[in-house]
Amino acid sequence: MQSVLGDKKALIILLGPALLVYTLVMLVPIIWSMGYTFFSGNAISGFTFAGTDNFTRLFTDPEVRTALSFTVRYAIVITIGQILMGYALALMYVFILKKSSNIIRTLVFFPVVLPTVAVALLFQKMFEIAPQNGLVNSLLNGVGVESVDWFGSSSSSFWVIVLMDIWRSMGFYAVLLYAGLVDIPEDMLESARLDGATGWRLIKNIVLPLSMPVLLSSIIFSINGTLKVFDSIVALTNGGPGSSTTPLTLYMFRTSFAFGDYGYGSSIALLLTLLCLIVTIFIFRSSRRDLTKD
Amino acid sequence: MATTRNKNRMLFLGVGLSTVSLLLTGCGAGSSNDGGGESEAGEFTTLSVVENTTIPAVLETLAGDQCKTAADAMPLKVDTVPQTSLDQQLQLQAGQGALPAQFAAGSAPALTKELADSGNVLDLEATLNDLGVIDQVEPAAIDTVKALYGGFNVLPYEYNVEGIWYNKQLFADNNIEVPATWDDFTAAAETLNSSGVTPLSASGEQGWPLTRLISGYLFSDLGKDALQKVADGEAKLTDPEYVEAAAAVADLGSKGYFGEGIGSIDYDTAVNQFLTGEAGMLYMGSWVLANFNDEAANQIGAENIGFMPFPKVDGGAGIDNQYAANVGLPMAISEKAYNDQTGEWLSCITENYGSVGLAEKGAISGFKVNEEVDVDPLTQTVQDTIADTSESVLWFEALFGTQATTASQTNAAPLVTGSMSPEQFMDTVQSALK
Repeated sequence: MQSVLGDKKALIILLGPALLVYTLVMLVPIIWSMGYTFFSGNAISGFTFAGTDNFTRLFTDPEVRTALSFTVRYAIVITIGQILMGYALALMYVFILKKSSNIIRTLVFFPVVLPTVAVALLFQKMFEIAPQNGLVNSLLNGVGVESVDWFGSSSSSFWVIVLMDIWRSMGFYAVLLYAGLVDIPEDMLESARLDGATGWRLIKNIVLPLSMPVLLSSIIFSINGTLKVFDSIVALTNGGPGSSTTPLTLYMFRTSFAFGDYGYGSSIALLLTLLCLIVTIFIFRSSRRDLTKD
Repeated sequence: MATTRNKNRMLFLGVGLSTVSLLLTGCGAGSSNDGGGESEAGEFTTLSVVENTTIPAVLETLAGDQCKTAADAMPLKVDTVPQTSLDQQLQLQAGQGALPAQFAAGSAPALTKELADSGNVLDLEATLNDLGVIDQVEPAAIDTVKALYGGFNVLPYEYNVEGIWYNKQLFADNNIEVPATWDDFTAAAETLNSSGVTPLSASGEQGWPLTRLISGYLFSDLGKDALQKVADGEAKLTDPEYVEAAAAVADLGSKGYFGEGIGSIDYDTAVNQFLTGEAGMLYMGSWVLANFNDEAANQIGAENIGFMPFPKVDGGAGIDNQYAANVGLPMAISEKAYNDQTGEWLSCITENYGSVGLAEKGAISGFKVNEEVDVDPLTQTVQDTIADTSESVLWFEALFGTQATTASQTNAAPLVTGSMSPEQFMDTVQSALK
């Protein structure tokens, strides 16, 4: 093995093609897109040099502020929801359902395999008010509450999105965290129980620290996935009402391809990239500190 | 040793070759996209919108009858996208040089101008002259197209007046006179509302049926050039007299005149609410006649539908009997995909669409009607209205770019549900205007 990896020619043969393809399909477009941030215009009308105009606009555009705040709020709420629900489910699989958790695991995982657009349409119909009441409003009417226009105000549509995305993804995080939990050696739990640790104390002092690495990777997965949310929101609310549930990704897409301003769209993309980078570095750092403490 | 080196060389070569071929396939796919028109040379591809069922249906009829020769040489193929994503689709395809032979003009005329400036749109004035069929298009329609699109760039498949359609039966049941002023109009809405009928049916999902009310109010209150001044920078949408119009429409919403869940009502639902008698009035262009003439959908009966101009705002500077006129959903022809066969289609459509569209769907277009067609009374009313209208106005977003158009149409529903104030609405649209 040593001799193969020590051979420069072998290294080039093994890495070269992948590196070349990666460079062409990832790095070149990224650099290209960064270049666009100094231009305005689009592929139809051509590009003109704009200097740093796009960046100045980025800081003064109220739409960016709304989109950024929505993205951050969404990412925080969904990440907390996904991880908490996922962890609770995983604990239930391991400690309550034990060997018979198979069927529940499959059922909870089921929404993960459904296409996002189908799930969004399902929720749209469930929370519908016009032309006829959906399931939720019918239930409300049944108990004497008036129908609510769920997609009519920004806060109620935000919570419908949150509900949908947590329902859709908690099964995935449950399985991920379940894999971490079953890795905890049984004898360690056994000895803790003998020492008198049960219930919440067992979880807090033994299970939580031992499942920390997988929990941290879940958080990184979750936060990066939620910062880049696009499809579920497009299909459910299309950013509405108005632009109150428009995440940065959707605003970037509209700016580039509907408003025909590739340069400003690229600037928004850059902002999103920086946001993801900062969050990831922050989480990595804090996780490293935790590991050394152990 | 020598064989190992040979093997190494072979491996290197193999991997290198497969990489190169992989890259070539990628590039190959890219370059064939550049000539999108050519790659689809066999078909007369038409990109239309999902909401419009009239144009594709009439084109299909033409393909099987009057335009059979053209269709045999180049079969018709209709693709559709939702109206709300049309602008996006056109820009993406134009960016790749892959526009279809014929495509619906974007929601913002500014986009068609941009496409025309970059050589994507066929100059119809010259082409129809060459084909010898320019006299088959109504001169008034050509003038409207030129005013909106900066040149004769689009085919007037529809030629519309817009106004308010009302349910005569519901008006009679509630002793409502056809309202002439804005105050009468709101009073009529109040009467309908208190009798349990939704006064106005409108699609908040599309947005434009709501912003049409704002522009109608503006033109009636401030005069015909109200929005031209905004486009020229002489006035701002945030000026108090403009905000007043948004406030008047928001007021209709706050009184519940649009019914529940306006933001999720799509185009078909809005039309259906009117045609099933759930709603008393509908602001719409005359293209909706095709739906009115559909006996299965129209439960209230065409004889029960009346048409009135936009109500006049008291003391306003606008004209009496104000109608907004436009060319509905016009289509442009791709300059890059144009060839003799497309030309044959083009002359056939120009010669026959007028009479076939009118006979089959009751659709009034900007093409001349060459054959005697018996029309129903409602269509006749609209034709007379078009003929009598000496002065017409545009719609709210007609002079806006794509960004302001989107801002206005997506925020229209929040405006009437009250989650956005009239000031915020006008400010959002104004700041999206470049």
